[in-house]
Amino acid sequence: MSVLEQVGREALSWAEDAGALTLQFWAVLRKLPRILPVVGKRRRWRAAVEQMFAIGASALPMAGIMSLCTGFILALQSASELRRFGALQFVVDLVAVGFTRELGPLITALAVSGRSASAISAEIGTMVVTEEVDALRVMGLDPVEFTLAPKYLGALITLPCLTVLSTLCGIFAGYLFLAFSIDMNLRIYFQAVVEAIVLRDIALTLIKSVVFATIIVQVGCLEGLRVRGGPEAVGRSATTAVVKSTFLVILADLVATAIFYMMGWSTAG
Amino acid sequence: MTEIKAAHSGDPAISIRGVSVSYGSRSVLNQVDLDVRRGEILVLLGGSGSGKTTLLKQVLGLAKPDTGSIRINGVDITACSPEELAAVRRRIGVAFQAGALFNSLTVEENVALPLRELTRLADSTIRLIVWMKLKAVGLADAGKLYPPELSGGMRKRVAVARAIALDPGILIFDEPSAGLDPIVSAGLDELILFLKRAFGMTILVVTHELESAFHIADRLAMLHQGSLIAVDTKEQFLGNVHPRIRQFLDRTPDDVSGEAAEEFIAAFLQGSKT
Repeated sequence: MSVLEQVGREALSWAEDAGALTLQFWAVLRKLPRILPVVGKRRRWRAAVEQMFAIGASALPMAGIMSLCTGFILALQSASELRRFGALQFVVDLVAVGFTRELGPLITALAVSGRSASAISAEIGTMVVTEEVDALRVMGLDPVEFTLAPKYLGALITLPCLTVLSTLCGIFAGYLFLAFSIDMNLRIYFQAVVEAIVLRDIALTLIKSVVFATIIVQVGCLEGLRVRGGPEAVGRSATTAVVKSTFLVILADLVATAIFYMMGWSTAG
Repeated sequence: MTEIKAAHSGDPAISIRGVSVSYGSRSVLNQVDLDVRRGEILVLLGGSGSGKTTLLKQVLGLAKPDTGSIRINGVDITACSPEELAAVRRRIGVAFQAGALFNSLTVEENVALPLRELTRLADSTIRLIVWMKLKAVGLADAGKLYPPELSGGMRKRVAVARAIALDPGILIFDEPSAGLDPIVSAGLDELILFLKRAFGMTILVVTHELESAFHIADRLAMLHQGSLIAVDTKEQFLGNVHPRIRQFLDRTPDDVSGEAAEEFIAAFLQGSKT
């Protein structure tokens, strides 16, 4: 097989992924109202609540610790440079702005992608292998409404919450560094943080986390539904789901940040 | 209900006509014609790769054949609207090979699922129906357990209870005795016969287990390489002289002796040299 052929094949498979993801996303979106409490089908929302806990509980420790570490690293790296200019207090701004706009949602999405994209695709893949998806269809129940939509709704609520928590962890790590190095007071630190960020930063962060939630759940579900054959295919699909969702999260982050930048939303007030 | 039954009693419950399926250039099913008559147990036999799973998928409406039609209760499911297909499916119960129970739900909730989702019955009524169905399959006291806590045989019985939850006229079994020991498997055979006797259900069983097939079947059909090579009553089936059926009944392996083996070994040695 020539290099050209290989590149072409790869490009086609990406195009196919994009198409399949769009179709599936649309199908899930249309079923979403049926999952909501009150307006949806009775008891269906409970599945979404279960998913919220599953996604949240599995990713929270990892996202929190990753953010703490990254916050500390960011503070360390920037301090060594800023100290030369006698501008150590700007570490606060860097950590606060960096985490609210960028690192908070990204690190959370990477943690959730590692934990939940694989878990979702393994769960759905197992359902395909054990014919549970077929059983749903034969019973006249829509697998999209029954399994995919609750997962999506759960992630849509959980990921922004996780993002806020891990952003706080990252910013707190910046405080830890400054407390150790220059004995900074917690209250003064958080005053500086509040001055550094604006409300719009938080809104953009939440928009990003919703986009990331969409990518992670849709990729996880798609790879799960693609499982053919036996249990070993389930393991492969979990790996593929993590790789693809991580890649797409970073790609989407670039696109979102570029859009925000061009709209002039990234310049602090 | 009785009116519908009377109106259809003449024609078969499931009527498969000229169904062909191929994946790429490989033909999996080739012009299959098969009727399942009302109130009978028809056993579809076939070895691995004979196309019986594919045929089952077509009958359940999970895949569409390339050509041909499948009528269930008079409705052609290859050419009907999704609503009509849903209506047809409500009259079919399916017990999948490994049960296909939902592990996050208890046995009771699994059986109650179609009732909760597809009917407007009150909770108390649903509980009563679930208990009756579990009683019918002999698992009335297992309702609070979760599927992973059940043995293979129990799981299949729960799958049957779920399949008959909506009182379907047609019941379909995929490999009911796969992975079960002979005693449990025999118990499941009795359950299938009981369902036919007690509820007058039309039952289609897909299997490769000869013993159970001959025990429960009214008629037997045999698929080989995508073609139906026999559809007969038990007695006539036993007397069939088709070489593949003889091979299946006498449990003789495919020819790997003599020339074929020598050719294989020669090819193998050739391959390892180069």
